[in-house]
Amino acid sequence: MDPIIILQAGVASGTVLLFATIGEIFTERSGILNLGLEGMMLIGAMSAYKTALATGNPWLGMFVAMLVAGLLSQVHALITIQFQADQVVSGLALTFLGTGLSMVFGEGLSKAGAVALLPSFSIPGLVSIPFVGPIMFENQSVMVYLGYLLVPLAWYYINHTRPGLHLRAIGEYPAAADALGINVNRLRYFYVLVGGMLAGVAGATISLAVSPGWFSHLTTSGQGWIAIGLVIFAQWDPIRAAGGSYAFGALRRMILDIQGPLKIFGLRNPFYYNPYWGFFLQMLPYAFTIVVLVIGSREAIRKRMGAPAALGLPYIRGERGL
Amino acid sequence: MRTILSLFAEYLGGTRFRLRMEPRMKQPGWLGLIVSLGAVTFALVLGGIVLMLVGGDPIRAYVFMAMAAFGNIGVFSDTLVKATPLILVSLAAVVAFRMRLWNIGAEGQFYLGAFGASLIVLTPILPPETSPWLMIPAMMVMGMLAGALWGFIPGYLKAKYNVNEIISTLMMNYIAVAWNNYFIFDVWSEGGFQMSRQFPKTAWLPRLTDYAAQVPMFRGLTIHLGFVIAMIAAGVVWWILYRSRWGYEIRLIGDNPRAARYAGINIVRNTILVMMLSGALAGLGGMLEISGVVHRLQGAISSGYGFTGIIIAWLAKLNPILVVPISILFGGLLLAGREIQPSGIPMLIQGIILVCLIGSDFLFRNRIRLVRVGQEA
Repeated sequence: MDPIIILQAGVASGTVLLFATIGEIFTERSGILNLGLEGMMLIGAMSAYKTALATGNPWLGMFVAMLVAGLLSQVHALITIQFQADQVVSGLALTFLGTGLSMVFGEGLSKAGAVALLPSFSIPGLVSIPFVGPIMFENQSVMVYLGYLLVPLAWYYINHTRPGLHLRAIGEYPAAADALGINVNRLRYFYVLVGGMLAGVAGATISLAVSPGWFSHLTTSGQGWIAIGLVIFAQWDPIRAAGGSYAFGALRRMILDIQGPLKIFGLRNPFYYNPYWGFFLQMLPYAFTIVVLVIGSREAIRKRMGAPAALGLPYIRGERGL
Repeated sequence: MRTILSLFAEYLGGTRFRLRMEPRMKQPGWLGLIVSLGAVTFALVLGGIVLMLVGGDPIRAYVFMAMAAFGNIGVFSDTLVKATPLILVSLAAVVAFRMRLWNIGAEGQFYLGAFGASLIVLTPILPPETSPWLMIPAMMVMGMLAGALWGFIPGYLKAKYNVNEIISTLMMNYIAVAWNNYFIFDVWSEGGFQMSRQFPKTAWLPRLTDYAAQVPMFRGLTIHLGFVIAMIAAGVVWWILYRSRWGYEIRLIGDNPRAARYAGINIVRNTILVMMLSGALAGLGGMLEISGVVHRLQGAISSGYGFTGIIIAWLAKLNPILVVPISILFGGLLLAGREIQPSGIPMLIQGIILVCLIGSDFLFRNRIRLVRVGQEA
């Protein structure tokens, strides 16, 4: 139970949540709720692994994951934007579709053996910063570093650029955005695609970097849903999303590590003596998601902030509504 | 998408056409049925294409699945056994969705229902020689209570703190599975196996095959009393939704929450109560499954029933009576799907069906016409 190791591994496994959460923030900021994250992550993880296995090139796997998950997200876009169907049900459908497709095309992959993974390395210089260095910059996967870059970029894009302004406008007040000549639905297609591709990256990060391999539908173990919870906790803000993602990553790692030592804080470690108590530890990330949701929701009420005003509503020109 | 279609139309007609959609003024009932059937057929064709891509023969697979589910009275009885939990989780979804509460935690409530029923037998609260007339109802009540508790938590959080119930119910699913696993692996484990000891016969729901001595025809028919209970539950849910004051409130909140609030309907109380009813129905499903089929508490009693229930509820257009026949069809799909490789096929077909179904809703609400460019008014 070395805190440095837990935090180091937490940053790595939190990176998966980070990509998925920031992708979903883009989608939801545009006014579309995509609950199909779990399905898109799964199909991303599967196609990345399968491609890397066939070609020996993990980067190609990452590319294919983005492509396939992005394609799947467009099914949701078509149904919710074009056909104006209920976004909740469509998102659930996408989860089934993604899970089913990845199970069918991933059949037999779990016994496939070793595959070329994305590279891991230390950042010279930064790694010697005390405490932070070994946690953030020592022997991490390249995806972790890309995650560090994504957070400020996403924040800057959403809050300080013109396209970011358009993104917020179509999610808050699409009719006004339309009146200014912004093509609301075309942009929504685009941001659903962005969210899908980032979910694909998240999936590929699982299967090609953080916990390599394909374990059928257990590969994501509900992380897609946790990410959707994190979006609410993060109040649709990429920086808060990063904090939440890494904290969850560390929690996941701690659960694994806590069962190891004989004693915790000088007391007999119950999780060591009865391994079945581990089931209660397994509940923690999910219970914690609910706690985080309660915190996020209460804060939203207090600060009078909250979801993008048009989240979940189709935009139909000329109809009353937002 | 639209450009491809209009190009295609241009190629066909030689002149420029484009597709125009306009809202349908009248939405006849028969059309809804045809559109739904069309969507399911389309989904099966798409599923067949995927089957072909992975090297299967779709027609043979579908014929095989139909035979394996409905081919003779024996397998049909198995299909009804599979349909029983599906009916209850679908009803759970219907009740909640009717109020636009997205309870997707039927899976966890189902597991908790099984756990609650097991408490009666395994603690044991009632000794094994208790009359089935007391044992079975006690298990049903306990299963429903446990399921209702699992629905109460997200319902309360939604009502008091506006916590998104989609995510909280889903998280509760994972917690429920881990909770059950702890009891299966540790407390009630039988000789280190990951299951409890078998329930005494008094805790078994009667099956047709139990009467084979009197009626030889019933030999091997595993259908149990749970199927009847599930059909009664469908009737009760229909009555609650369409004949009771409470149901009127539920439907009003679902259709127009603002009007409901002005009418003085207590939304907070209804949110909690509906989640509890929904959880109780799913919990009853879990109880029927362990008391009617597996006769012990074990892992993997549900192969994603909670999620299949969502699709069934949607396919039934949230009609509790229609839930029964559709559950039987899906029971067949699940039963036959067990023998189909790869194992993801039933999940995939369900996903495609749901996608096509909600996509087709658009065709129901709108009319699509091909018009010549320039003719548009």
